[in-house]
Amino acid sequence: MENLEALTQQALAAVSEAQDVAALDQVRVQFLGKKGEISALMKNLGNVAPEDRPKVGAVINEAKNQVQDAINERKQALEAAALEARLAAETVDVTLPGRAVQEGSLHPVTRTLERIETFFRNAGYDVAEGPEIEDDFHNFEALNIPSHHPARAMHDTFYFNANTLLRTHTSPVQVRTMEAQQPPIRLICPGRVYRCDYDQTHSPMFHQVEGLVVDKGISFADLKGTLQELMSVFFERDVVLRLRPSYFPFTEPSAEIDIEWVIETPEGTKRRWLEVGGCGMVHPNVFKHVNIDPEEYTGFAFGMGVERLAMLRYGVNDLRLFFENDLRFLQQFR
Amino acid sequence: MKFSEQWLREWVQPEASTQELVDQITLAGLEVDDVEAVAGEFSGVVVGQVVTREQHPDADKLSLCQVTDGTETFQIVCGAPNVREGLKIPFAKIGAVLPGDFKIKKAKLRGVESFGMLCAEKELGISDANDGLMELPESAPVGEDFRSYMGLDDSIIDVDLTPNRADCLSVAGLARETGLLFKADVQGPAIEAVAAVIDDVPSIDVSAPDACPRYCGRIVRGVNVKAETPLWMVEKLRRGGVRSIDPVVDITNFVLLELGQPMHAFDLNQIDTGIRVRMAEAGEKLTLLDGQEIEPSVDTLVIADHAKPLALAGVMGGEGSGVSEETTDLLLEAAFFNPIVIAGKARAHGLHTDSSHRFERGVDYELARTAMERATQLILDICGGQPGPVVEVASEEHLPTPAEITLRKSRIELVLGLSFEDSEVEDILTRLGMKVEAVEGGWKAVAPTYRFDMAIESDLIEELARIYGYNRLPVRTPTAAIPLAKAPEDKVSVGDVRRTLVARGYHEAITYSFVDPAMQKAMDPDLPGLELLNPISSEMSVMRTNLWAGLVPAAGYNLKRQQPRVRLFETGLRFVPTEEGLQQKPTLAMLAVGNRLPQGWTETDTPVDFFDVKGDVEALLARTGSLTNFRFVADKHSALHPGQTARIDKLVAGEWVELGWIGALHPATQKAVGIKQTLYVVQLDQELLLQTAVPAFNELSKFPEMRRDLALVVDLGIQVDQVLEQIRSQAGEYLTKLNLFDVYTGKGIDSDKKSLALGLTWQHPSRTLTDQEVNDSVEAVVSQLEQQLGATLRG
Repeated sequence: MENLEALTQQALAAVSEAQDVAALDQVRVQFLGKKGEISALMKNLGNVAPEDRPKVGAVINEAKNQVQDAINERKQALEAAALEARLAAETVDVTLPGRAVQEGSLHPVTRTLERIETFFRNAGYDVAEGPEIEDDFHNFEALNIPSHHPARAMHDTFYFNANTLLRTHTSPVQVRTMEAQQPPIRLICPGRVYRCDYDQTHSPMFHQVEGLVVDKGISFADLKGTLQELMSVFFERDVVLRLRPSYFPFTEPSAEIDIEWVIETPEGTKRRWLEVGGCGMVHPNVFKHVNIDPEEYTGFAFGMGVERLAMLRYGVNDLRLFFENDLRFLQQFR
Repeated sequence: MKFSEQWLREWVQPEASTQELVDQITLAGLEVDDVEAVAGEFSGVVVGQVVTREQHPDADKLSLCQVTDGTETFQIVCGAPNVREGLKIPFAKIGAVLPGDFKIKKAKLRGVESFGMLCAEKELGISDANDGLMELPESAPVGEDFRSYMGLDDSIIDVDLTPNRADCLSVAGLARETGLLFKADVQGPAIEAVAAVIDDVPSIDVSAPDACPRYCGRIVRGVNVKAETPLWMVEKLRRGGVRSIDPVVDITNFVLLELGQPMHAFDLNQIDTGIRVRMAEAGEKLTLLDGQEIEPSVDTLVIADHAKPLALAGVMGGEGSGVSEETTDLLLEAAFFNPIVIAGKARAHGLHTDSSHRFERGVDYELARTAMERATQLILDICGGQPGPVVEVASEEHLPTPAEITLRKSRIELVLGLSFEDSEVEDILTRLGMKVEAVEGGWKAVAPTYRFDMAIESDLIEELARIYGYNRLPVRTPTAAIPLAKAPEDKVSVGDVRRTLVARGYHEAITYSFVDPAMQKAMDPDLPGLELLNPISSEMSVMRTNLWAGLVPAAGYNLKRQQPRVRLFETGLRFVPTEEGLQQKPTLAMLAVGNRLPQGWTETDTPVDFFDVKGDVEALLARTGSLTNFRFVADKHSALHPGQTARIDKLVAGEWVELGWIGALHPATQKAVGIKQTLYVVQLDQELLLQTAVPAFNELSKFPEMRRDLALVVDLGIQVDQVLEQIRSQAGEYLTKLNLFDVYTGKGIDSDKKSLALGLTWQHPSRTLTDQEVNDSVEAVVSQLEQQLGATLRG
């Protein structure tokens, strides 16, 4: 039995020398496996006197347990070290950029229009679009602007021939809707419009969104309320609105829409009125052109420049940027 | 319209500062664009006179002057070219402060002392004129404070009047409006009839009374046209934006600014026999004051004599019949022309005059005689002369009649959302110059003759609202019952499509709908776009038939600015002339050029290719339906590379319909647009793209799938779609997936062949397929491929 002690020591030494899990398993097989050297002692128990067998058996078992514990412990240590090494090997620089396609962007005009459309869709308005090459009737005549009316000079119009032109506002869409549909009507018409004017503050093409509500009992008070809500929702703050009498042949009363713009400067707070659009009560002559009875129905209409709103909302300082399509500009509207 | 604030205040004295005045009229709809001081801030400047002038001893361009302020004489060194003996000028004495806080001190110029400065207009902030000293009239009182002499404590107010407010195109009209807004009295200069001292009367024949319902003429003989226009008039004209010319023209311009009545003065001795107011005759010509020879159309009203047309009525006088230095006898004209006849006539000849501006919008038809008397008196005062009687030819039946307008109380409340007190309505209308009479349920009102915008009830309601104040009217937050919005599911929103492209790296662009004709031709050689009659420039003169004509230059713009990678898309109309007329088609277009991916640590600079862009298109198509509803067919497009172009078709109700195009730009097109890197472009019909189907559920099979892979060798020229089509035709109805997972050319394959690896998956909805069934399908497929496409199985 004295070689049990030697074997145990030998086994423990082998365990602590094993450098990986595979080597450790070899050690286990060598000493504790079915044909292992310590297991063999157990098989020889038959040669021991019967009365000593329990005692000797217990001693061998204890040695086996001792080696098994050492193996387990060693195994855990080796596994932990292996995991450690793997983790170290697999470490990446998490500050490197991700492997992805760069996001594109929506044009700020689209972004602005989408917000306005959402506001009005939520309020039960339809969104309608229409042709951009229009006839004289829908762009002018039906809107109470007969030929040679001085108001035509307010619209620097692009022509293709005497009767065909690029729409100067999206109002023709309102006319087309009223031609096709009796009230109640709640509608906005976003889209491109064209004026023959090109300088730092005018673009020959720009975007408008116009609105039209026709129903029984619609008044100027509804117009004021709608615009007030729109501006406050759009700018996400309480906007001070001012309506200034003006003239459009297709509305009466007519007004320019001004909002108060507050600018914080080093010299203090500055307030300015900025014009954002025009509005008014639909002129009875417009109703007559589309066979709506102006005695039964009243309505309001308004129109706003989308680029103007986008410039105010996002702080864009040059109208021309909207149509240069410079990626450095577009990318800012992600 | 520009006017002098002081002039207005001579007529009406509201208790308001300049700012308050400007704010109030702006809020009444007369929008003030600009308020400008008549002169800069300065003090210590007097009217001076040059007594002597000599050459500066040491400087060619300087003069040495003795200048008097009436009591003392000062030595002044002056560099102005127009300085001369006897000239009266603004003289800034020592201690004067000029605009910009510029203090005048004793100075030494080239060794000679100078005690003050002689001023140009610019130096006093009066105008931009800086090419010499401001020359004052001989009548200027030497020594008087220059500011008060010129009345420079004044502002020029520029008001942007809407076309309906022609009644405010004069100081009288603005005073009237100011008076009613501030409830202040309005009092103009007294105008009395000037008695005739001679009997001469012009012969006036009006043959177009509908176009000219009233024409007043008067002869004034013995007029001195060399008289000097008084300073007060010159200054009022100048502040109204009108240059002084000669006293007679100045007076007619003055009356136009003061009362709003355009007038004309003819040289009586240039008129053959008498005046004829008639429509132009075909072919006759007229040379206008600006030297332009025109041939007025026959619907143009002219003022003629018995031989020839003299003037374009209501627009501009003619050369030769106007006042010249030799003129001694005048024929003065003050008329009312029908706005509809005058409208557009100035523009037809590229003109816009103070006169046409007013007549087109409407001049008070009761004003002509008053204006005539005012002008006559001013002529007598300034130029002398002997007036004859006024001859007036009027056609009552053609003169406008003011409408009697009924205003209902109920309508006011309906439109404005506010119930007015009766007294308030009556007060406002009366202040507006209306004759008001209360009737059952409302009022009857007759508008004054100067308001051409008062015809219907709405016109009165607007006036009520305007004078009451738009911002005092009630506000009602919209609370109407909302019809629930429709939400059609068989249509994808354009917003979804945009976002799909944004997620794949595309930036939305907005380009002009009118493009450069050269670019249009390059992108769509066979389809000429619609041309604008009056484009801004030739580069923006033709309507796009194709969105690439805008996107390609936008890409070029960015490539020039060192962008290595450009992805753009745009939605908008293209304008396609067809035999059935012009079609305005909503269109989506995309463009890709440059690197496949943004440059980065994992990427090399691989350029984008056809399949990158096709993948983007497929992502878009998948957004709107199953990809099997689309096909890419090799086809030709004049702008695109013949080997890298596909027509995209969409299956609609069992028929293939053209959806759009994808391709690389043709190298010749690339060259034409001056871009070296290959551009890939896509254009899709937006309406067709957005159509989709509501998903319909298919029962999920509980039975196992069976898969077989095939490795085929086919000729290089065989298209994958041909192979897939043959497989589908033979694989049976239970084929559920067909996947191409490899395309190989190179070692082991003949150089004119390619190898395709395909995965075929079958599944039966209600039972397990047998090996035999699947093997039979595979055999049928392989034999079909062999027969139809000469394909072989790869060993």
